[in-house]
Amino acid sequence: MSQDFGGAGSMPRAQRIRIGGIAIAAFIVLALASTTWYTVEPEEVAVVTRFGRYVRTEYPGLHFKWPFGIENAERVKKERNQKQEFGFRTVRADVRTQYSQQDYSNESIMLTGDLNQADVEWTVQYNIKDAQAYLFNVRSPEQTLRAIAESAMRAVVGDRSVTEVLTIGKTKVEEECRAILQTILDQYESGINIVFVKLQDVFPPEQVKPSFTDVEAAKQEKEETILQSQQAWNEAVPAARGVAKQVVSEAEGYAIDRVNRAKGEAERFQRILTEYEKAPEVTRRRIYLETMREILPKMRSKIVIDDDAGGVLPLLDLNALQGGDR
Amino acid sequence: MKLIPIALVLAVIVFFASTFTVHEKDQVIITQFGDPVRGPITEAGLHFKLPFVQDVREFERRILEWDGDAREIVTKDKKTIFIDTTARWKIKDPLKFLQTANNEASAQSRLDDILDGATRRFISENNLIEAVRATDREFAPEDEIEAFASERSQEDRISVGRDQLIESILAACQADVSELGIELIDVRIRRIDYSAKVRESVQKRMIAERNQIAELYRSEGRGRASEIEGEMKKELKQIESEAYRKAESIRGTADAEATKIYAESFGADPEFYAFYQTLDTYRQALVSGETTLVLSTESELLKYLKGAE
Repeated sequence: MSQDFGGAGSMPRAQRIRIGGIAIAAFIVLALASTTWYTVEPEEVAVVTRFGRYVRTEYPGLHFKWPFGIENAERVKKERNQKQEFGFRTVRADVRTQYSQQDYSNESIMLTGDLNQADVEWTVQYNIKDAQAYLFNVRSPEQTLRAIAESAMRAVVGDRSVTEVLTIGKTKVEEECRAILQTILDQYESGINIVFVKLQDVFPPEQVKPSFTDVEAAKQEKEETILQSQQAWNEAVPAARGVAKQVVSEAEGYAIDRVNRAKGEAERFQRILTEYEKAPEVTRRRIYLETMREILPKMRSKIVIDDDAGGVLPLLDLNALQGGDR
Repeated sequence: MKLIPIALVLAVIVFFASTFTVHEKDQVIITQFGDPVRGPITEAGLHFKLPFVQDVREFERRILEWDGDAREIVTKDKKTIFIDTTARWKIKDPLKFLQTANNEASAQSRLDDILDGATRRFISENNLIEAVRATDREFAPEDEIEAFASERSQEDRISVGRDQLIESILAACQADVSELGIELIDVRIRRIDYSAKVRESVQKRMIAERNQIAELYRSEGRGRASEIEGEMKKELKQIESEAYRKAESIRGTADAEATKIYAESFGADPEFYAFYQTLDTYRQALVSGETTLVLSTESELLKYLKGAE
């Protein structure tokens, strides 16, 4: 009888070999299973190589392949749009996106065609159009994409003035960059398709920003200054015209008044004259006496002096006449 | 009996030792006792070799990347810049590659030297503008004031241009690089910027330029405003004087007409007019309660005081 050891002491040797055999068999089956079955996720495709040589592409679902590494399935996210960020990083994409506070200025600051600096942040969205090309032609496709994207953006910005990049040329910049990037990646047969290049933010370097903002402020000020003077014009001139009209109206009023008054007096005189001409002496005397009757009662004092009496003045106390009673 | 499983295991081992796979992304050289004997094998799939005696050396068939470090270089026009180049390359001749560089790490290091040297040479031999601009395209200015600013900075016309510069660097490297069994596919400028020393003065220039533009806008505004103000004053003066002229004319005409009416009317009998008007004047002028009247006894009014005749 052989020596029995520890916990396995109760089992006979034949049984131990059987259990070991079953274990090995089970192990082989498991190994087989894990290297034979595989799933391809909805946004993926699998590129299958046999002994390293491409044999087929598999689409989403459950698939089988030769086990133990004879066939190898490499999954590629073909249907999904991916993005790369330049000059900034999104920390969390949400309703209110959060951006990293880190400095990516070595990515973002670049030279413009007029040898000024601009701070450019942009994203590239891409997907994989050819899974085989993507796996077999370029070793580090993402790294390559990043390097070429930076190069392309600098090429485009480098041909434009700083104002063009900051204001009017944004869409053109995006399109040109996309075109250059796609052309080069196609030269490499990278299998990558650039969906778009989008400028996230473009502004002058930090220290220069205030001056650029000031230019905008200056433009505003220019418009305002002109507007103000125009407004002053719009207030003063119509008002002056109003005053002018008034002055003329007053004159016209005066004119009418004057002429009418003249006409009125003339008419009055005319009537009296007609009556007078009918009986001149009587009318004359009548007018005289009527006038006297009207005036004399109003006189403060009446003094009658004989023509023959010589000088009267020494006897006349004019002050008393003025001040005292009648 | 016991030899069978051992023989089986040995057979398997020998089998594995005589086969090798070549992946789509690789190319392979077979070495025997360290010397290359076969290859490069580029066809992907299962291949056979002598077991144990022959070794498989794998090399990349794909496009590989080279990313240089940023280097500080002074351009021909004395501008200190940081430039960062990137390149794509391939192992064109694995045999040569094996013999010279032997592995990728040393290849990268050799590429560093070759590319760095060429970059440095071409950048320092050219003005900065040549490394930045590829075309002579006109900048589209926003308005005349911007045009003034950009006109000034368009003095620089390129003679080589970025694309050609890159081509030159690439061409200069090919000879050295092919000695290593490497093919350079392209070289590109990944980043280019002023170095810290120069940055400040560049930014000062940018600030000064912007300030100048801002001042131009402002003074343009002031100028136009003055113009408008002047026009306004002129207009006001004109309105005012015109109105005055008209008013005076109207008054004058009226006065003349009134005078004519009076003259016509009173002129019919001037003597009676004098009489009548004078009496009326007495009525108006001799104010009630204030006037003292001194009458002569010869006055017609008092005539009948003396007698009834």
